[in-house]
Amino acid sequence: MITELGHFALVLAFAVAIVQMIVPLVGAQKGWRSWMAVAEPAATAQFLLTAFAFAALTYAFVVSDFSLRLVFLNSHTDKPMLYKVTGVWGNHEGSLLLWVVILTLFGAMAAWFGGNLPPTLRARVLAVQSSVAVAFFAFMIFTSNPFLRLAVPPFDGQDLNPLLQDPGLAFHPPFLYLGYVGLSMSFSFAVAALIEGRVDAAWGRWVRPWALAAWLFLTIGIGLGSWWAYYELGWGGFWFWDPVENASFMPWLIAAALLHSAIVVEKREALKSWTILLAILAFGFSLIGTFIVRSGVLTSVHAFANDPERGVWILLILGIFMGGALTLYAFRAGTMEAKGVFSLVSRESALVMNNLLLAVGCFVVFIGTIWPLVAELFLDRTLSVGPPFFEMAFTPFMVVLAAILPLGSVLPWKRAKLGKQAKALWPVFFVALALAALAWAMQTGRSALGPVGVFLGAWLVFGAIAELWTRSGKGEARLRRLKNLPRADWGKAVAHAGFGITCLGIAGLMAWEVEDIRVAQIGETYTVGNIEVTLQDVQQVQGPNYISTMGFVAFGRDGEQFSQVTPEKRIYPVASMPTTEAGIANGFLRDVYVVLGDPQSSGGWAVRTYIKPLANWIWAGCIIMSLGGALSLTDRRFRVAAGARRTRRTPDAVPAE
Amino acid sequence: MIRALLIWVLLATPVLALDPSELLQDPVLEDRAREISKGLRCPVCQNESIDESNATVAQDLRALVRERLLAGDSNTEVVDFVVDRYGEYVLLNPQTTGANLALWLAGPAMLLLGAGVAGVYIRRRDAQPKEQAGVLSKEEAARLSKILDD
Repeated sequence: MITELGHFALVLAFAVAIVQMIVPLVGAQKGWRSWMAVAEPAATAQFLLTAFAFAALTYAFVVSDFSLRLVFLNSHTDKPMLYKVTGVWGNHEGSLLLWVVILTLFGAMAAWFGGNLPPTLRARVLAVQSSVAVAFFAFMIFTSNPFLRLAVPPFDGQDLNPLLQDPGLAFHPPFLYLGYVGLSMSFSFAVAALIEGRVDAAWGRWVRPWALAAWLFLTIGIGLGSWWAYYELGWGGFWFWDPVENASFMPWLIAAALLHSAIVVEKREALKSWTILLAILAFGFSLIGTFIVRSGVLTSVHAFANDPERGVWILLILGIFMGGALTLYAFRAGTMEAKGVFSLVSRESALVMNNLLLAVGCFVVFIGTIWPLVAELFLDRTLSVGPPFFEMAFTPFMVVLAAILPLGSVLPWKRAKLGKQAKALWPVFFVALALAALAWAMQTGRSALGPVGVFLGAWLVFGAIAELWTRSGKGEARLRRLKNLPRADWGKAVAHAGFGITCLGIAGLMAWEVEDIRVAQIGETYTVGNIEVTLQDVQQVQGPNYISTMGFVAFGRDGEQFSQVTPEKRIYPVASMPTTEAGIANGFLRDVYVVLGDPQSSGGWAVRTYIKPLANWIWAGCIIMSLGGALSLTDRRFRVAAGARRTRRTPDAVPAE
Repeated sequence: MIRALLIWVLLATPVLALDPSELLQDPVLEDRAREISKGLRCPVCQNESIDESNATVAQDLRALVRERLLAGDSNTEVVDFVVDRYGEYVLLNPQTTGANLALWLAGPAMLLLGAGVAGVYIRRRDAQPKEQAGVLSKEEAARLSKILDD
């Protein structure tokens, strides 16, 4: 019964979305207030109906209603409750429903908090947002309906893919979708502005929180996914340049570019048409990502629920929205005249560089990702593009970006003198250089990657600190002024420092990893680096829905044990699939990472042990970056009415000039 | 029942990637073998190098790589040997020949193009008469006065 209600709510939401797509748009065109006013309650109703449908599906998973095809295929009575719930989105249909819930949630939020938007713009934004929802509702209802019943309900389900039965991956999709779908808001704002034919500073201010929120959720989502790959795939890698990973990375890069260029629109009324283009492309890359993940066109470790037929639908959605938006853009972009004037050395120019590097970086990832497809279709060559390509072709752009970032972020708007602004950064430069030299001296005969990474990381982190310090002016009231700096400034510094910390982590992990592969006898101690490793015991352990071969490994130093971990090999009998769980002793400066292999005929077990320097810094950096984003989101500027900002500015803030 | 299941489980568990028994005695050769393995894709897997994969083909390929190294092949000879038999597909680092040049040059070309466009844009912004920045257009002036009147 509840399932049928959910199904009904879903179809009803589809109908509401169609109305919301058409009526406010016509209303805005003709200037009919009553028609425009339809958008707001419709957006709320759409969200409530979809949320109800989602709740109904969740209920079916929680009570293990195997008469639902989706529950039968992706659940099992023995599964822990957490994974029964997360199983709702651990499959194509359910994740699509989650996608639409988030899409309608963003639409509803635009309706609830969009009170200070001009009525026509708000009506158009909501209509465009709803048109995206219509496409996805149709896709779901006609090809991937989650509410299909089975005529003869089986006794038990087929279990969820064991790889997804993990906290890291269970919460990875919701965050990723919040990011993907969040970019639909910037898209709607861009298209609405194009229809409206006007982009001004206020538009930049309205669109930025949405872009920022999307970017922040994408950061968390990607970080979770990468953390999961680190401890679950058994190699301790954090990024594999897999098509599915790239699918989430491309929107992240564009979103980062977008939220920076929106600042230029807001503060200086320049870069308008470029920002609009970025807003369109960011959502385009979200759709391309969806296509890559769900169509199975590109082979990937992560892809699940592949179906080429669905791919055609997504390609169609992509074609309609990108084609439509870009055509509109081609007609209207010329009318957006830039106002702000700035010289070659200025914050504006620095942000142009930021956008250039991020966009080209995204382009390289895109080309590399689709190249196997292009080669197969047009060149008749079957080839692969793997990590070596991306490391060589993509990394230089990020190195340059990191190198110019601290300098660019202290430049004033309009016109700057490099020498004057750089003064505060000289100490930072020398500290970073000294740390890099130290790293160079401590390693022998290794690549330059480590020292370079340390330099960039330190440069970014201390650069962010130095910027805050300079912004707080001089004299004794400094601390108070520091406290009173706008939240956006704090957010900026924190996010940039987070980026630096991630750089440090990546450099450390890639340059100084120690690996050891051997047969370990039980009770025997061996040393890896300066760590003494002992395989104490191996036992068979029964989990809730799996059987585990669990090793007990002790890590010691100078004869003293400091940690014990339990690497596992699990087998999920229902899905008949093995997984590995690494045993990790986390540390501030390094992780010790151990994976249990097979029993050997000679007795003993195959064991792989790694020392992973600065591994945690990668994800700590991601967390700090998203914290910075969140801090910036709480800036009161985004909440007060447009125009009121100048008069109510925090009196203590020192202007950038 | 559980015991029978356990035995079945132990038998069914696949060989974990790169078993210690596969390693070469000579550490220098072994390092080279690892280096080569990381650049070769497992032909039946989704997107893994033969170094990471636990498929049987990957294991055979790892053995093959080590065999060739022991026979005295250089790194490129080993890679060519594998590519001759399994095709270009196994190369994780795409070749820089023929149409693949487009792949390798796409990034730098785009950067130059973008830098050119950005340069022209900044130049034009820079050259604008200074006063224009602060002047309102007619519609804006009208809108402003309307807002002030409200």
